[in-house]
Amino acid sequence: MKFGVVIFPGSNCDEDIIYVLEKIMGQQVVRLWHKDHDLQGADFIVLPGGFSFGDYLRSGAIARFSPIMQEVIRFANNGGFLLGICNGFQILTEAGLVPGALLHNQNRKFICRNTYLKAQTNNSVLTSQVDLNKALKIPVAHGEGNFYADKNSIEELKQNDQILFRYCDAAGNYTDEANANGSIQNIAGVCNKARNVFGLMPHPERAADSLLANQDGLAIFESILSVANA
Amino acid sequence: MKPQNLTTVQTAKDLGLLPEEFERIKEILSRVPNFTELSIFSVMWSEHCSYKNSITWLKKLPKDGPRMLAKAGEENAGLVDLGDGIGCAFKIESHNHPSALEPYQGAATGVGGINRDIFTMGARPIAQLNSLRFGDLKNDRTKWLIKGVVKGIGDYGNAFGIPTVGGELFFDECYQVNPLVNAFSAGIVKAGETVSATSYGVGNPVYIVGSSTGKDGIHGAAFASKNITEDSVNDLPAVQVGDPFQEKLLLEASLEVIKTGAVIGMQDMGAAGIICSNSEMSAKGEHGMVIDLDKVPTRQENMQPFEILLSESQERMLIVVEKGREAEVQAVFDKWDLNCVQIGEVTNTKRLVYYRHGEMVADVPADDLVLGGGAPVYQREYKEPAYFAENKKFNIEQVLEPEDLKAVADHLISHPNIASKRWVTDQYDSMVGTSTVTTNQPCDAAVVAVKGTDKAIVLTLDCNSRYVYADPEIGCEIAVAEAARNITCAGGEPVAITNCLNFGNPYVPEVYWQFVGAIKGMSKACTKFETPVTGGNVSFYNQSSDEGPVFPTPTIGMLGVMDDLSTLTRSDFRNQGNLIYLIGESKNDIASSQYLASFHKIAASPAPYFDLEKEYAMHQVIKQLIKEKLLVSAHDVADGGLYIALLESAMPNGLGFKIETDEAIRKDAFLFGEAQGRVVVSIKPENQEALVELLATSETEFSFLGTVTSGDLLIDDTDFGTVKEASAIYNNVLHNILGD
Repeated sequence: MKFGVVIFPGSNCDEDIIYVLEKIMGQQVVRLWHKDHDLQGADFIVLPGGFSFGDYLRSGAIARFSPIMQEVIRFANNGGFLLGICNGFQILTEAGLVPGALLHNQNRKFICRNTYLKAQTNNSVLTSQVDLNKALKIPVAHGEGNFYADKNSIEELKQNDQILFRYCDAAGNYTDEANANGSIQNIAGVCNKARNVFGLMPHPERAADSLLANQDGLAIFESILSVANA
Repeated sequence: MKPQNLTTVQTAKDLGLLPEEFERIKEILSRVPNFTELSIFSVMWSEHCSYKNSITWLKKLPKDGPRMLAKAGEENAGLVDLGDGIGCAFKIESHNHPSALEPYQGAATGVGGINRDIFTMGARPIAQLNSLRFGDLKNDRTKWLIKGVVKGIGDYGNAFGIPTVGGELFFDECYQVNPLVNAFSAGIVKAGETVSATSYGVGNPVYIVGSSTGKDGIHGAAFASKNITEDSVNDLPAVQVGDPFQEKLLLEASLEVIKTGAVIGMQDMGAAGIICSNSEMSAKGEHGMVIDLDKVPTRQENMQPFEILLSESQERMLIVVEKGREAEVQAVFDKWDLNCVQIGEVTNTKRLVYYRHGEMVADVPADDLVLGGGAPVYQREYKEPAYFAENKKFNIEQVLEPEDLKAVADHLISHPNIASKRWVTDQYDSMVGTSTVTTNQPCDAAVVAVKGTDKAIVLTLDCNSRYVYADPEIGCEIAVAEAARNITCAGGEPVAITNCLNFGNPYVPEVYWQFVGAIKGMSKACTKFETPVTGGNVSFYNQSSDEGPVFPTPTIGMLGVMDDLSTLTRSDFRNQGNLIYLIGESKNDIASSQYLASFHKIAASPAPYFDLEKEYAMHQVIKQLIKEKLLVSAHDVADGGLYIALLESAMPNGLGFKIETDEAIRKDAFLFGEAQGRVVVSIKPENQEALVELLATSETEFSFLGTVTSGDLLIDDTDFGTVKEASAIYNNVLHNILGD
């Protein structure tokens, strides 16, 4: 499978996701520069974490207008697989490719720490192989990760099985304390209605290498590969 | 040049120069300097740039070692050989004065500056740490300062995208007016890919790249070389403004431009701006420069020559390029949408000549501006302060042992100096780069993997300034020893240090005595541990007019190396039933402990027990135990004493401990004293024999303490509660004071 990782000025998790895809998952990866117009034949596009264009406006607000994003949006609208992690998720919401918005964390501070999340469905490329009963230890690192959508939208997300992950404690309970950024209903990740675009606030690429003594994120990458290769 | 611009001794004084320095400048130029030239001398001869009041003593520090690739003072940061063609550049720097006035920008630009020092050498930063000291945390101004400083460091470092993996946080009223903000960065570079801060080759073009130059930070270096007074608010324009996004682009572009091979030399523009880079690079390369200030991209119209030259606008670099290869350099900066403008060229005159609007505005010899060249060097007087003799009169017998030691334990775990720092550390991205090995494996020092190799670097910042105040020489030996102990406990090999020397006004003999003592102690300990001093920075004038100097605070940043992760040793207890040993000697000593200072409120005491030779021997024993794979955990005994060390090992996995004290030693000293040279280890029961055998053949003292429990804290069968209760207090102290 050929992955394309988009690099915006200010991206800083690009090399981390490339490392996991290339070195740990053994996949082919191409780097897609924000000024380019060519997706280089990638089958699966990733928008990595970071602070694209400095994020001095709303996070992700400028990146979505970059030349490569016009191609990425077209690719996604044609059914191509697209994953946004952290700042990538913020760009996806700004571009309207996934529902909801990512507000300032409830405590108005940047938060970096291990969190736990549980997959809500196996019916997605991101979660097909994830044990729904297991609380995965996957870190967050963001200032604006407080997922919000209005009541009707949340109902719609539920009806369409679009909620992919929710924050929980180590034992798997959906508590307020485990919900670091104050996301509505502890939502950590969603997909679009067509199930080909995925947004995730936590960083699975930071929980995939044995070096870091935490590989809970591998289940997500294994899911992607199993569906893609099926 | 226009005669009406000529200066007088009063102008010199207004710019912070001494009358004799003004005389010296006239001799150097063989004429009276104009205002631009005098401004140039004033910043270059400020303490911050010239080290004029400290260099005589700094030269006495050990600088040589088998691993040194660039020695102290040779480049922007020290460079150490990690083996296999990999080098590590690392350095610590203060941003105390700016942070006292404008905590957010002051701290943020401190982070930016230290990282530029690393990547200007061609090294990619992979880890940052910081050491912060504030006054009483209950004070509203302190709360404002810490919130601003932490947010400033976080916003800058997080966006820049390099993990902040460790550091220090300490509170004492001596830092009320003048907080300390010391930022550290370490980067990795392949042998042969480093760049020097030099300039040579007549006709080679000189480029300024990165951000435009504005009126921020003018005379910042001179500002850093003054006491803080109520007039300091007038110095606000001396504080710079940071833009981490530009810094990130500048990082990528700088490393990319080095790869072209077209770069002769590169230096970042931090303190004293363009003039500092021009003079230091030219002096090093023994050449001159002619610069057209009209070419410098500026943010404001009509900037004066001295403003352009002295501006400390952030995120800029000066690059000297091989003539004929301009297009390659331009292409890289175009890719990253950064300014890249030729402002002049290299000459053979060894002079720096500046033009503005077609007119020559300054002509000064490069070498006379810089440290090691013509910058003044002073011997300062020093005198033992009266308090030193008072400290030595302290006797533990004067302190009544409290009956309720559980109350002491509760006092310590709820003290901001001991309690969890997660309110701070959660605001820093500590994991970006996916190399922070210690995220899920707590260790006494931060361990950061060097991708593409089996190696890791091991990093720690240490200085208990209460000890240094009590006895500068021994206190500074302890700071080095504690750093080495932390690296050793984590399974690393100490390699070298960088230092950030935060002191009061050097013209006060009692302050200078503290400085001299600290340097002597550092020399002695660094020689013993074979950790040469690779550089760092001196920050004097950390004092206010009414509250006197801060504790002398020589922050030690130590680099260690791990050849592979097989020696990584965690600091947390792992299993109930494991045995706990104390390596090192228990002493009847509570001197300068947190316990004595905040529970008994006794300030006058000497430094705690410390024996450099025994400390060193103990480290070798720990290394041996790690090598033999006998340890489950190793954690050094530091602030708060043995009890806090045990609790810190117990808390991560919700375990407890059951130990026996030593009848020969006062119980409060045994539990809360801070005698140095001790490490708490836990082992599997089946390794007890091997451990005892190894220790018995060493010179190092050791004793059996007890066992790891499922969560109860028991000392001589007295109930100290549970780890759950202790953690609940420990984890929320800062949150309760500072809010969510």
